[in-house]
Amino acid sequence: MTVSSVQSSEKPVEHIDSITVRFAGDSGDGMQLAGTQLTNTSAIFGNDISTLPDFPAEIRAPAGSLAGVSGFQIHFSEQRIHTPGDGCDALVAMNPAALKTNVQDLAIGGALIVNDDAFNKSNLAKAGYDENPLENESLSKYRLFRVKIDTLTTEAAKDTGLGNKAILRTKNFFALGLTYWMYGRPLESTFEWIEKKFSKVPAVAEANTKALKAGYYYGETTESFAVRYQINRASIPAGKYRKITGNEAVAIGLAAAAKLADKPLNYCTYPITPATDILHELARYQNYNITTFQAEDEIAAMCAAIGASFAGTLAATGTSGPGLCLKAEALGLAVMTELPVVVVNVQRGGPSTGLPTKTEQADLLQALYGRNGECPVAILAPATPSDCFDMTLEAFRIAMRYMTPVILLSDGYLANGAEPWQIPTVENLPDLHKSHPAANGNAFEPYARDERLARPWAVPGTKGLQHRVGGLEKANVTGNVSYDPHNHEAMIKLRADKIAGIASDIPPLKVEGAEDGELLVLGWGSTYGAIVSAVENARKNGKSVACAHLRYLNPFPANLEQVLKAHKKILIPEMNMGQLLLKIRGDFLIPAIGYSKVQGKPFRISEIEEKIDEVLKG
Amino acid sequence: MAVEIEVKQFTAKEYASDQDVRWCPGCGDYSILSQVKKVLADLKIAKQNLVFVSGIGCSSRFPYYIDSYGVHSIHGRAPAIATGIKIARPDLDVWLVTGDGDGLSIGGNHLLHAIRRNVDINILLFNNRIYGLTKGQYSPTSELGKKTKSSPGGSVDFPLQPLSVAIGAEATFVARAHDVNIKHLGSMLHRAAAHMGTSFVEIYQNCNIFNDKAFAYATGKETRDDTSIVLEHGRPLIFGKNRDKGIRLNGLAPEIVELGNGIKEDDLLFHDEKAPQPTLAYMLSRMYHPQFPEPIGVFRAIEKPTYEGLLHEQIKHTIETKGVGSLDTLLNSGDTWVVN
Ligand code: SF4
Repeated sequence: MTVSSVQSSEKPVEHIDSITVRFAGDSGDGMQLAGTQLTNTSAIFGNDISTLPDFPAEIRAPAGSLAGVSGFQIHFSEQRIHTPGDGCDALVAMNPAALKTNVQDLAIGGALIVNDDAFNKSNLAKAGYDENPLENESLSKYRLFRVKIDTLTTEAAKDTGLGNKAILRTKNFFALGLTYWMYGRPLESTFEWIEKKFSKVPAVAEANTKALKAGYYYGETTESFAVRYQINRASIPAGKYRKITGNEAVAIGLAAAAKLADKPLNYCTYPITPATDILHELARYQNYNITTFQAEDEIAAMCAAIGASFAGTLAATGTSGPGLCLKAEALGLAVMTELPVVVVNVQRGGPSTGLPTKTEQADLLQALYGRNGECPVAILAPATPSDCFDMTLEAFRIAMRYMTPVILLSDGYLANGAEPWQIPTVENLPDLHKSHPAANGNAFEPYARDERLARPWAVPGTKGLQHRVGGLEKANVTGNVSYDPHNHEAMIKLRADKIAGIASDIPPLKVEGAEDGELLVLGWGSTYGAIVSAVENARKNGKSVACAHLRYLNPFPANLEQVLKAHKKILIPEMNMGQLLLKIRGDFLIPAIGYSKVQGKPFRISEIEEKIDEVLKG
Repeated sequence: MAVEIEVKQFTAKEYASDQDVRWCPGCGDYSILSQVKKVLADLKIAKQNLVFVSGIGCSSRFPYYIDSYGVHSIHGRAPAIATGIKIARPDLDVWLVTGDGDGLSIGGNHLLHAIRRNVDINILLFNNRIYGLTKGQYSPTSELGKKTKSSPGGSVDFPLQPLSVAIGAEATFVARAHDVNIKHLGSMLHRAAAHMGTSFVEIYQNCNIFNDKAFAYATGKETRDDTSIVLEHGRPLIFGKNRDKGIRLNGLAPEIVELGNGIKEDDLLFHDEKAPQPTLAYMLSRMYHPQFPEPIGVFRAIEKPTYEGLLHEQIKHTIETKGVGSLDTLLNSGDTWVVN
């Protein structure tokens, strides 16, 4: 049967403008893969997309257990969207545990597709169900579809020559096929993916293809599925796109920075969730003159990056919260030696080991102040997964121009969430070339300053510029060790002024909405999507609300104070206990209002909308 | 080590920086500094290709006194910084100066891993068996029972042997020298500089302020021939003022024997620094005063690829097979689609 005939349908089609689908199952059920395929297909189809995977902390928690549930949510739309959706409109639950942990996020009246075969006594018990929820009234507010996914998959792929266990591994494709039918998705790109992925094991390719088709036909032929939905292409700016996660964008940004600076990149790191994918990605780019160094620990990773920077190459390290603690001392050394190093911190739930796979924004104060002494560094925070690319380039631009370490604050939500990215053209990317001094006959002054207060980056191998750097206080200009009290104070001020001066070199803060309205919602980092959507909705309802998103946290954009003072009220939603809030109140002496969420989960749009209402009323 | 040779030859003195040396008068560090400068001059190493890296401690002041590039870093982390430098720039000649506290206590982890990776750096560990800079606390190499300000009742910390640690970490070059035996020290530094891979040299260094004469047994004119044994590759282990004593293997353990009375040189243990297994080197590293004469010289010198060598070979190979990556390809990788 040809693909195109697969797509014709007898059933009525209902038009909707957006849909959010969540796949949930055991971590071994291939839910991430199913979600990724639906994402890719929808992106290629031309929808705007936003996705959010939800991994269990344990790689292989016991099968069927609540701790082992892995989820993947995808929001696709014919409108511009900014988040993966608050809850979901359709839920695919592969077992009772997946149902139990996810059903509360399903919209009332939403489609609930369950793998009926998995609702046996033992799985029900593992999920803590006393009786089968499919048999009682507990799910009556949803449109429940009981599908024997195991049985149907086994039947579909029985002629492939694979064993039963191997066949059952393709059941995610059955579920995927069913969603393809429901939402009118073309199958081609997934067929192609299967062919490529399993080219060495044709039987597996065949089984997956058959499962996908079987799921699709199941929707078409069974009576229980009465309608299918149509979501048209979104009107997004013309151009070439790819799907990108925050971690991919950081990795590509680092590699691009090396190209744009025409220098090798040394990425020195230690594996830590959720930053490790940056290492995996970069390790594949050796032909871009990139070395990845998997150090013995976080401290060594930071120190090796400092060594690589001293040696004249681009140096970066990546980590998550606990790793940033370990890097703190060496970050101080990078501040003292005034060397360019980019530190990517993919924040996760803390303190301590905390919630490694969940998101949080609670390292802002650590990034700002978590070192001994007066130790300022530049801090940037991307707002969306694709913004991670731009801000990584920006981090290197600032690091080299100002000879300073720069912390890039990403988080688990940005790192693993995906969105379409309009691929930039090379000509539009910034020039990151940086010149190094050569001997000019005079005594070399390693701590002399340019107009931006940056010192020269003299590279070993350059004749006549031999010099020593280190953690002891330096005399300005000569760079010699100095215990002089006035020099120390002058150097502290100088290091602070250098970082503060970056404010004149970054774009002003943009306000979306009324420039001088009743309320400004101020955010930073990954809360962008939820804030912007909530503010858009509030404005549609006639409320005087604007929002502004800080991508530069140290220094702040020069116009921040002006923006803040133009609004009567300031609301700051953060996935922490009010860290930006503390800084804003302290710096500008204004009674900004905080809104905290620290559940390891991003804000829902509705939560921020409700808070906006509350603040406007209050 | 493939470093550029300076056309203009500098004298040892000319490798000195313009900074005043600030160690206590009489400190063993002075003689090590002058031997290092001499070796650099002998090898005609271009100053601009030299990098000295250190951590924190008396010995870690070292980079300030050499007219080279240098990083006086943070406590214990010098091996990681040196590794970063070497990964980025394998062409540079990197030396690392550390001490028993810096290298074996706070920085033990990094030291271990730099050695394990066989990064081509020369590590000089000044062992004075005390914390000098913080004014006299026992260190990881201080003897059990050592009375110091932090151990008035005597230390209850068992010491470790720097060379045993290095050998356990798969070191490819391991040597020991004394600060006052300058000729021997110079030759060890020469050997270390010539070795491709991590060279680890333990230097017994007298801290005349906080642990004076800690190595008097090994350096004193009267005692040194009986308390030290000079290792020479392919030669039997003979020592003593009259060279009449030797080390013989009894089962798996060394024993001291007197030559004569039927015991010939051929019966003695012969040194083999190139032995592929580290067993002999390890055994020698376990010979302590006063039970045994303590060996000085090269314990182990074997060939093995370096970390940065393998890494850059891999990169070269990847570039050869895949071609130099273009920015355009990078940006356009993965599934792409066009919106009209
Ligand atoms: S305290 Fe000891 S090791 Fe330190 S400089 Fe003085 S004599 Fe040398």
